[in-house]
Amino acid sequence: MTTTPESTSPLTPPNGVSVSGDSGVASSTLLSLRGITKSFGAVEALKHVDLDIPAGQVTALIGDNGAGKSTLIKAIAGIYAPTSGDIYWEGRKVTLHTPRDAENLGIATVYQDLALCDNLDIVQNMYLGHEESRHLTLDEIKMELNTKRVLSELSVSTVQSVRQLVGSLSGGQRQAIAVARAVMHESKLVIMDEPTAALGVSQTAQVLDLIKRLASRGIAVLVISHNLVDVFEVADRIAVMYLGNLVSSGPAANYDTSSAVEIITTGGSRSDVTASAK
Amino acid sequence: MSDTSETAVATRVGVDGALRGQLKRLRQGDKGLLPILLGLIVLVIYFDIRNSVFLSSGNLTNLFVQATIFILLAMAEIWLLLLGEIDLSVGFVSALGATTAVILLDNQFHWPWFAALPLAILVTTAIGTMQGFIIIKLRLPSFIVTLAGLLGWEGVLIFFVDRQGTGGTIPVQEKVLYNLVNGNLSPIWTWIFVLACLAVLIYLIVRRDQSRRSSGLDSVPQFITIAKAAMLLIAGVVLVLVFNQNRGTFTVLQGMPYAIPVDIAMLAAGSFILTRTRAGRYIYAIGGNAEAARRAGVNVNRYRLLAFMFTGFTAGVAGLIYASRLGGISDNVDSNLVLLAVASAVIGGTSLFGGRGKMIHAVIGGLVIATIYNGMALINMSAATQYIATALVLLVAVAMDAVARRGSTPSR
Repeated sequence: MTTTPESTSPLTPPNGVSVSGDSGVASSTLLSLRGITKSFGAVEALKHVDLDIPAGQVTALIGDNGAGKSTLIKAIAGIYAPTSGDIYWEGRKVTLHTPRDAENLGIATVYQDLALCDNLDIVQNMYLGHEESRHLTLDEIKMELNTKRVLSELSVSTVQSVRQLVGSLSGGQRQAIAVARAVMHESKLVIMDEPTAALGVSQTAQVLDLIKRLASRGIAVLVISHNLVDVFEVADRIAVMYLGNLVSSGPAANYDTSSAVEIITTGGSRSDVTASAK
Repeated sequence: MSDTSETAVATRVGVDGALRGQLKRLRQGDKGLLPILLGLIVLVIYFDIRNSVFLSSGNLTNLFVQATIFILLAMAEIWLLLLGEIDLSVGFVSALGATTAVILLDNQFHWPWFAALPLAILVTTAIGTMQGFIIIKLRLPSFIVTLAGLLGWEGVLIFFVDRQGTGGTIPVQEKVLYNLVNGNLSPIWTWIFVLACLAVLIYLIVRRDQSRRSSGLDSVPQFITIAKAAMLLIAGVVLVLVFNQNRGTFTVLQGMPYAIPVDIAMLAAGSFILTRTRAGRYIYAIGGNAEAARRAGVNVNRYRLLAFMFTGFTAGVAGLIYASRLGGISDNVDSNLVLLAVASAVIGGTSLFGGRGKMIHAVIGGLVIATIYNGMALINMSAATQYIATALVLLVAVAMDAVARRGSTPSR
């Protein structure tokens, strides 16, 4: 942790305070993006994106291929430095130059290809890069106990043994391990890129459940998904990108499938949606 | 859900559970040592039936010494095989280290052994590190860079050996280096050494199982721990009895050759690093999925370079044993050495594809190869047959590796 004292009530980020508008319950904004622009040469992949991500809620980032979703999460994960614009974390302005910077703040990213080592067991994967040691040697007992604790807290109960090799797990179990790993390191924001893309029906349900449990633990979740059924099942808030612009955002209740599809495909936002989102 | 998994754990105790665990590991691609140990026993029985000299104390001691060079070179190779890399130059690099030692020790320089032997190991470590540096920095395949090494270091070796003007061979005249293979611990010290090793090993096994049990983690039932310890103890005692029998014809010759403690020390150090330290964990992780390791914050290149360094170091130790066994170093080093080293590692169970393997595999594989060579010589089989038999064993081992690997990823 490089920043942030433990005290709550973050400074108000530039122009937005309450994000759960209608209910009036002010869930604190964890991450605010203001005017984020990212250019690759002449191509502007992100154009002045403003986005607030509240703690304890699931924000779904949707949009067509090439809309800029991946670029945006890479900017948040510290992989691409934005060309211009500011990032506020718990009200403080931060710069994210490397993935390690983001990780130190408490931002964990679960990539689509999961980045697990098939030849290592669950415990070893959960602690990869963060091993606990005692007397200069690895403290396997502590790591195994913690792994079991985290998995049971997240109600991941389908794995037989935490000493099972990850290569022998199903897709849903692998996703669960990748998420659990992100959570174990005290992350406050978990970014998930297409978490259900490769999964069957029951495994998708398990992962969506897991996402909801993360949010209920006060963790902010940012999910990229193409699957609108999943998005409406799990999201508290929705943000829609179109050609590098963030064209619409607001509580999930303000959208339905047809309005979401319309915004994704045309970038046009229906007046009622924008009204409540602003 | 968690209730079911707990009852499942509770029912999975006993011999039945241990067997099922073995089966599951097999399906996950971890063959375990059982199949290859059974194969080794079959070989031993076959050779002993064909020629009863095979199981004599003298021949077994000889076999262990023969195996030493394969074992150490295979250990050197395993560091890289775990990363999915390979070192084809390891045979000549180790011989070059030996040449350094032999030249420095001989009449011209008169270096003391405690300076010359470490310097030899330093030379091979430096060579290993340098090759690793080139491979990592220039992003070249290790296969090609070490192929260049295979050719180049042989040239350097010939240059230095021939420059001595001793007809293409430099004999080992210094006692410590000579005795590495040809000298023995006294019978008493053999007992002390083996019992001390067993005590440490059994202590570690019992302590690990104990602390897993007391932390409430699934563990093997107590009687399996005891059975494991008992088997180790029996094996150790048999080993001592073999070494301590008088195998001399005219003089008394008994005790464990010094080369065996060298093997054991390298095995212990290598296994410790691989299983108990971050460096070892990262070497496995990089071999399994380098990108995942990188994203987890592992400095991938640093640990790759470290593995190349360990390879060079181990090759240096192997070279000393090699020179000692041959009683000198010649400009005609067997270029099959490296291939037999890789074969030993793979026969023992280390994967060629990276991420799976253990130091003990080098010991088992080296013993298998030495058994084949030793046994076939005893029953007067031709060199042709020896090569073909080794090839078949290697082929079976690689095939098992590939099949196990495919079986290990059912989900994708």
